[in-house]
Amino acid sequence: MQLRLRDVTKKFGDFTANDRVDLTVEPHQIHCLLGENGAGKSTLMNVLYGLYEPTSGTVEIDGEPVAFSGPGDAMAAGIGMVHQHFMLIPVFTVAENVALGHESTRGASLDLATTRARIREISQRYGFAVDPDAVVEDLPVGVQQRVEIIKALVRDAEVLILDEPTAVLTPRETDELLAIMRQLRDGGTSIVFISHKLREVRAVSDVITVIRRGRVVGRVGPETSTDELAALMVGRDVSLTVDKTPALATGAALEVRDLTVVGDNGVVLLDGVDFDVAPGEILAVAGVQGNGQTELTRALVGLEERVTGSVRLDGHELTGLRTRDVLARGVGFVPEDRSTDGLVGSFSVAENLVLDRCHERSFAAGPSLRLGAIAQHAGSEVAEYDIRAGSVDSPVATLSGGNQQKVVIARELGRPLKLFVASQPTRGVDVGSIEFIHERIVAERDKGTAVLIVSTELDEVYALADRIAVFFHGRLMGIVGPDTPREALGRMMAGEPAESVLPAAPWDHAGDDDAAAPGTLSGGTDRGTTNPLPPTAAPPTPSEPTSPTGRTAPADRHEGNPTA
Amino acid sequence: MSTTASQPTSHAPAPRGPAPDADLATSAANRAVGVRTYRPAIGLGILALVSFLVFALHTSAREVQFRFSETGDAVRLPDMEVAAAPFGWVVTAVLAALAVAAGVRARALPRWAMVLAGLAFVAGFLVWIVGTAQTPSISLTALLAGSVALATPLVFGSLGGLLCERSGVVNIAIEAQLLFGAFSAAVAATVSGSPWVGLLAAVLGSVLVSVVLALFAIRYRVNQVIVGVVLNVLVSGLTGFLFATVLQPSAELFNSPPRLPHVRIPLLAEIPVVGPVLFDQSVIGYLMYATVAVVWFALYRTRWGLRTRAVGEHPKAADTLGVPVNALRVRNVLLGGAVAGLGGAFYTLVSVSAFTRDMTAGSGYIALAALIFGRWNPVGALLASLLFGFASNLESILSFLDTPVPSQFLAMLPYVVTILAVAGLVGRSRGPAASGEPYVKE
Repeated sequence: MQLRLRDVTKKFGDFTANDRVDLTVEPHQIHCLLGENGAGKSTLMNVLYGLYEPTSGTVEIDGEPVAFSGPGDAMAAGIGMVHQHFMLIPVFTVAENVALGHESTRGASLDLATTRARIREISQRYGFAVDPDAVVEDLPVGVQQRVEIIKALVRDAEVLILDEPTAVLTPRETDELLAIMRQLRDGGTSIVFISHKLREVRAVSDVITVIRRGRVVGRVGPETSTDELAALMVGRDVSLTVDKTPALATGAALEVRDLTVVGDNGVVLLDGVDFDVAPGEILAVAGVQGNGQTELTRALVGLEERVTGSVRLDGHELTGLRTRDVLARGVGFVPEDRSTDGLVGSFSVAENLVLDRCHERSFAAGPSLRLGAIAQHAGSEVAEYDIRAGSVDSPVATLSGGNQQKVVIARELGRPLKLFVASQPTRGVDVGSIEFIHERIVAERDKGTAVLIVSTELDEVYALADRIAVFFHGRLMGIVGPDTPREALGRMMAGEPAESVLPAAPWDHAGDDDAAAPGTLSGGTDRGTTNPLPPTAAPPTPSEPTSPTGRTAPADRHEGNPTA
Repeated sequence: MSTTASQPTSHAPAPRGPAPDADLATSAANRAVGVRTYRPAIGLGILALVSFLVFALHTSAREVQFRFSETGDAVRLPDMEVAAAPFGWVVTAVLAALAVAAGVRARALPRWAMVLAGLAFVAGFLVWIVGTAQTPSISLTALLAGSVALATPLVFGSLGGLLCERSGVVNIAIEAQLLFGAFSAAVAATVSGSPWVGLLAAVLGSVLVSVVLALFAIRYRVNQVIVGVVLNVLVSGLTGFLFATVLQPSAELFNSPPRLPHVRIPLLAEIPVVGPVLFDQSVIGYLMYATVAVVWFALYRTRWGLRTRAVGEHPKAADTLGVPVNALRVRNVLLGGAVAGLGGAFYTLVSVSAFTRDMTAGSGYIALAALIFGRWNPVGALLASLLFGFASNLESILSFLDTPVPSQFLAMLPYVVTILAVAGLVGRSRGPAASGEPYVKE
């Protein structure tokens, strides 16, 4: 079937999320909707799916206008949607999730057997390997996503909307998803693929519609170059790289030894991790979300409960300290989710800028706040960080994502630091703010601060990293140089240790005779984990296994030992 | 916090099996270690200590008699005699052993062990307290039958609450629903002269409370706990006022309801102990067992149940699948009111033949506790209610037996049990994830 959005406008109050968008999805087509975060892609799809009602304009199926009063209508019309945040009930089984809203019954009672059979059938046709009786919360995200796709297919969806489906996947899982998408297209399903990741978009799309600030700004083919797509998406030429000089780093400011975090159900979330970060160096942690990165950043600032091992900053132990004392030692922390952990939404910009400093003499006189000083401070920070807010007294929740994040960054970088820890520093932030935040982080590094960045966006990792660490299931898979190929990082993210994926190592026999082979990079990784690279940003070379400080590597058993 | 991470004793070789070809569904998971927790050991230790100090040391050296049948019964069973002091020692030994086991393992014991500990303590307490009485003899039949009777309104109340909470609406107003149900039943049954009309009126009166709850909690998204508390106070005041101004002055006209019939099933009712408990009941008693079964089946085996649970866990997901979230919630809140109303009717149509001010006396809150203790499961709620009913009944029976233990302490019994139960002594219970959160469609 042919699906068309004709002149769709969606307004939220004064804000126009979609402005006269015209879009046609032909059968047997993967139609990509490309745009930045906040460009209005998801809003548009929610209109299409009947979750939002358009302010004006129509949705047409095969030329006939339709009006959806809810997702039920959209589904009945053959439109299925896989949401960015999965719409699965964690405590239900796969079969229960798939059946919900579309239940077959036998008399009064629920007939899950039919649903199970359908799941097996679809699962077999597309090679999904999904057990209908597994409880959803126990499944890996990649499988949960397949459950979402099954949900749509069971309802005979002819158009499948995938909203940022690769955000939670490893590169390998992403490839598998792209293959599934092609398979579905060939089977006759049309797919609307929403993404801001240029590489994937070019790999799989038949048609690309670019959206910027709610408007369609281009309709191009997949042969369009990455730079062109980026320029269309952002509206100007963007440099996808950050200008930075190689790190001038020696020694170690942050020393993490055997750091282990155990969840309250006994699962080891971070498993005996060892690494160093030098002053003036950015260590970027890559990996799919949920592999221990969040716990690592939280453990560093004293927010985790069951922690063993040691974290030393300039020789002072940080574990066991209260979070405020950790911060007082010169640690800045940007939490993963700014709206829940980074900011108090109903507080003003000015108040948010001093959240962790309101007990300091400059902002408080005894028990009372120096409101004048706080306002003045806010004024200067807003100017310095180009925070676009109505006024410093506006609630911070009214700001855009990028500006909210700038508030967090401004607060954390606003005092002298020895260590700066940032988790997903540019998630949900527009490209302009991303560039700005990246520049700030590099500037902080150049001041001699040790920087630890956690990011699930590989582009960001490459843009910032002096070295890259990869986590998988709470374990450190290794620390590698900043120009390690994407493919190698992808394999590390899927659980292969660094020494078995690095280019010089033969890919087929993972590290069994590496120790004897001088051409491999295992020596380089070893050195990389305990010492920063020499002041060239070159990839680790096998030639120099000795460390400048002469420290041996207690971390051997985790990363260095290829025979392990 | 008594929970600490156990130091991982040895590290497996760090990269645990590179899994290049691992299927997604089977990809290796995180390593797990045991989390040490001393909470069960401490809890059991306290029970063992109490048992030692009270049941073993401070007991009467007498035989305690448990009667399985009375002289008039068709089937006679011999009575059971237990020596109080040795029994106290046995209970202490069992509890101490379990406490040591929990301490050594540093984690929760299997479920059967915790059940055993609970039963041992209850038995020890029972033997001890009966032993202190003037006449150390107690009828098990009366003890159990009374427990079921006292549990009846609790069961209905917690099932009513369950229907609300499973679909995501916190219902603190169970107390109000019981009380208003009792009031409506009394008035309607007296005026009409039929207890069946009274039963219907109880349902309708309680649904009326639900209407207010649904209106404010779902339509206007007022904090559900506050609405519930306000409703409780409102209904208490309203029925109290009407009782004083209307019911009391003309009790003949408005407050002397006929009782619902008592049905004794021949033969089955003659079975010792079990017979009178299960087969010699008021209509509402039978209705109670039926309701538990129906709610259980409906919740876990029907389309309605699947949708109800979905709406209580993740309303947005349900919405994207075309389930009308708020309409379903409203329906379930009203249905919950109807069920709680049956419990209210028990007070005026079965238990006592007149309405009195605040006659539910906090049962609604105990029903709420039973709901949590029973882990939002109909059968669990039934068992929890029976436990609370047992505690209340024990108190009233013991006051007849003339024990030296002050009656105020005995009156505290059901509430102590409630606190211990809800404090998570029996494991943490996880409620519906979206309970208490209004659903707003963007």
